[in-house]
Formats: sequence, C-alpha cells, structure tokens
Amino acid sequence: MSMLSLRDITVRFEPKGKPAVLALDDVSLDVANDTFSVIVGPSGCGKSTLLRLVAGLETPTSGNLELDGQPIAGPSADRGMVFQSYTLFPWLTVRENVMFGPKIKGLAKSECEDIADDLIKAVHLEGFEKSYPKELSGGMRQRVALARALANDPRILLMDEPFGALDSQTRQMMQELLLDVWQSHRKTVLFITHDIDEAIFLGDEVHVMSARPGLIKQSLDITIPRPRHIDALTSPEFMDYKRSILSLMHAETIKAEDAANQRKSA
Amino acid sequence: MWTRSLFSPKTDIDRSVYLTLSLISVSIVLALWCLLTYGGITPKDFLAAPHEVVAAGIKRIANMSLFEHMWASLVVILSGFFIASIFAVPIGILMGSFRAVQALIEPITGFMRYIPVSALIPLLILWVGIGVEQKIMVIFLGTFFQQLILISDVSARVSKDLIDCAYTLGADRRRVVTRVLVPACMPGVMDNLRVTMGWAWTYLVVAELVAADTGLGYMILNAMRGLFTDVILLGVLTIGILGLITDFFFKWARRRLVPWSADF
Repeated sequence: MSMLSLRDITVRFEPKGKPAVLALDDVSLDVANDTFSVIVGPSGCGKSTLLRLVAGLETPTSGNLELDGQPIAGPSADRGMVFQSYTLFPWLTVRENVMFGPKIKGLAKSECEDIADDLIKAVHLEGFEKSYPKELSGGMRQRVALARALANDPRILLMDEPFGALDSQTRQMMQELLLDVWQSHRKTVLFITHDIDEAIFLGDEVHVMSARPGLIKQSLDITIPRPRHIDALTSPEFMDYKRSILSLMHAETIKAEDAANQRKSA
Repeated sequence: MWTRSLFSPKTDIDRSVYLTLSLISVSIVLALWCLLTYGGITPKDFLAAPHEVVAAGIKRIANMSLFEHMWASLVVILSGFFIASIFAVPIGILMGSFRAVQALIEPITGFMRYIPVSALIPLLILWVGIGVEQKIMVIFLGTFFQQLILISDVSARVSKDLIDCAYTLGADRRRVVTRVLVPACMPGVMDNLRVTMGWAWTYLVVAELVAADTGLGYMILNAMRGLFTDVILLGVLTIGILGLITDFFFKWARRRLVPWSADF
C-alpha cells in the first residue's frame, strides 16, 4: 500500500537575472507504509528540494503530493523532519527539545515528559536530559533531533542528510542506531543522502537521482536481510548493489559536469 | 620562525603577561600625567594634577554633590536607554525577519541613523521644552536607531532551518515567532544592548548641554567656564567608572539570562 505518493512533480526556480533552473523534472515516487526509502544522488540534484516538498516547506511548480490520499498543503506535525544542520533549539534542554512538539500539540506536561523520556532512552541519551545542546557532540545533537522528530509520532519521518556533518565512525554508529530505533518504532522513512554506502545499508529501496534536470533515474529494492549490522557493508550482495549504483551515478556525474561546462562556454 | 610567540597573530598569552602589559599601559598614562603637571610643563588651568582631582572628588563626595550629579545623569541615561530598548527590541526583531516591516521601517531608520543628535536639539527644545524630557529624548534618539539596525541584523541572522524545523514540529506562524525567533535573538539582543549602553553614555554631555542644573555633563560644562580642569577630569573619570559598571552589569545579566548561549 502506498502512503506517500508524488505525481509528476516539477519544480522550476527562476532566480532574478539568472537562467531558470529545472530543479525537479516530472518526478513520480511512491513510498509504501513502514518502508525505509532512500534517495541518493549527487549534490545539486534536487533531492533536498524533493524532501522539502514532502515536508510542506516548498510548493511544486506543478504536480501532486499526497499523504494517505490527502493533498500536502504546508508543514504539519504528521511529517517530522531531521535536518543536516544542527537545529536543536539552543535555549531548551535535551528533554525540553524533545517535548517541543507534544507541548505544541497541547498534551499534558506529564504525558510530554513520558514521551520525551522514552525517546531519550531509545537514542541512548539517558543522563543528558538537562543538558543544553551546546554541551553535546554533533552525533548526540542529531540523536536528540531524531528523538524530537519522533516525539510527534509522525506518519512519515523525513531525513535530509542527517549524518552528513558527522565523522565517518560516528556516522556508522548513527546508522545502526537509526535502524534500531526504526525496527522498534516502525515508521515510514524517507531518507536523503549522497553517500551510496549509507543508502544501501539503511534502505528497503534506493532511488537514484540524476542532476539537472533532477529526476529519478532508477529504483532498486535492497533485499539484504535485517537486522543489518556493520558486516553487511562487506557482503557480496552489498557490493553488487554498490557497483550498479556507482556506475549509474558515475555516468550521471560526468553528464552533469559536461552540461555545466557547455553552459559556461556557451 | 615561531608561530606561538607574543608577536604571532591569534595566539593566547599567559594571564600574567596580559596583566603586566595592561598595568604598563595604565602606568604610562599616569606617569605622563604626573610628568606634565608636577614637572611644571603645563599650567593648572590646562591640566590639573592628580592630587587636585582627588581633592575635588573628596570635596564633592563629602558634600554629596557628586552623587546628586551622578543620580541626575543616571536618570537621564537609564530612562532614555530603557525607552529606546523597549521599542527597538521588538521592532528590530520583526524588522529583521519580516520583509514588510523592513520595507516600512528601513527608509526612516537608514536616514535617521546619520543625523547627529546634536543637530536635532533645537527642534527638541521647541517640541518638548528644556526639562528632563528633552535630555531623555537626546539619549533616546542617540540609541534607538542604532539599536534598531543592530537588532534587526541579529534577527535576520537567525537560521532559517531553525524556523523550518519548528514548522515541521507542528508550530504555527505565531508560535514560530514567540517560541523560536524571539528566544533565538536573545543573546544577540543582550550583546547589542550592552554596546549601545556604552554609546548612550557618550551622549551624556550633549544631553546636558541645554538648561541643565545638575548632572555629570553639566558639571563638566560648568567647570569649563572657570577653567576648573580638576572638576572636568573628575567628571570624565566618574562617567568612565559608571560606564564600566553598567558594562559589567550587562555581562553579568547575559550570563544569568542566557546561560545556554554558546558564545560569551
């Protein structure tokens, strides 16, 4: 069953005094209930724009977006998002940050606290409830951001390169933690990354995007059994997936470079 | 070549070295002062000697007149600054984050910012008279427009991601302003209030230029007529010390009010 459906989405940016950019060209995408979908693509391919459309933070030039059959119009608590940049509210403690959504919903204080404490435990941050974001490492901040997005119990969790700013060891740890949380909370996830390993390791399905115009080049089902651990990264089937995505993306990158060069010389 | 010496940029030095250098600079100024006065190089009506300034201070502390002047000046400075701040903080925050507010306010502030406050004194006298209100207005005009620009800049620099994030957590526009934009501006607002408080002090003499009978600025201007350089220097030192105290208060308040802030 498809719960998120994007139909013929086109986004055209027309910056003043510059040529128009076709950020997304006729993109269609379905995400089924409880699946972990990953969009992978080079920088500038419009994958972040795609996610922001689903979040309701941008509107398409043309096309339809629906969640559970309802058209998406503006942001809402049923679509939680984790950003690449650190977006914890620095004036709130870890616990208050996680409680932000439930409090706005108008839940009782004790209920908000219960939700927050459960999620803080799920992301292994017990003992840091009263810390301010400035006292946390990058990885810890993103764990709080994950907990905060989940606190609203959203229909879909949107993740925009959430581990992009982390070092590779922390990133690997965060990926495993995310899968743990996902197994236990069972959410529909739409995850954006430019890291092919990350895409294959996390996803049930991986959509490869190309740049300029941004469109979905190919979609692959990843059948590596779950739960997945770090050794999955070196398994032969992982390598097969990686090889096919790499060659797809490599061709795309060359094409994008050529197009950029042609634009410059024109 | 050493990259960690006293002479390489952006290098920390020992606290003791720092204090020594600070003491040296203060000592040089004091020594120069002593040399000029006790050495008989300058006459008394050009520059009073240190002990004469101290004597003038003791006399005015004993008869309480220094405190009267301080109080009069503090009332003017703090009232003008307070009134400017209660308008400049909210308007500045809105101006930095709402283009419409910016379009409304910016032409006026952009213009007013360059008008010397002293140029407006004749109009102020016509409009509000020569009472304490006129002096408060001088401080207000001297700080308000500067505060507005600085605070709108703080507001403009609040990360868009922080705002977007609040939307995806279910906040509506009103809550995005009250629960995200306003708290996010607070450290920057505190910093700029501190800076503009310093500027407010620099307008004191201008504020007390017209028809004052008390105040540190008045005391200085009045002493000029009799070439009482000891009283002038006493006034200058008192303003400097009061300025340092208010600065210290703002630093303390920032640490107390926004302990979560990463940079102070």
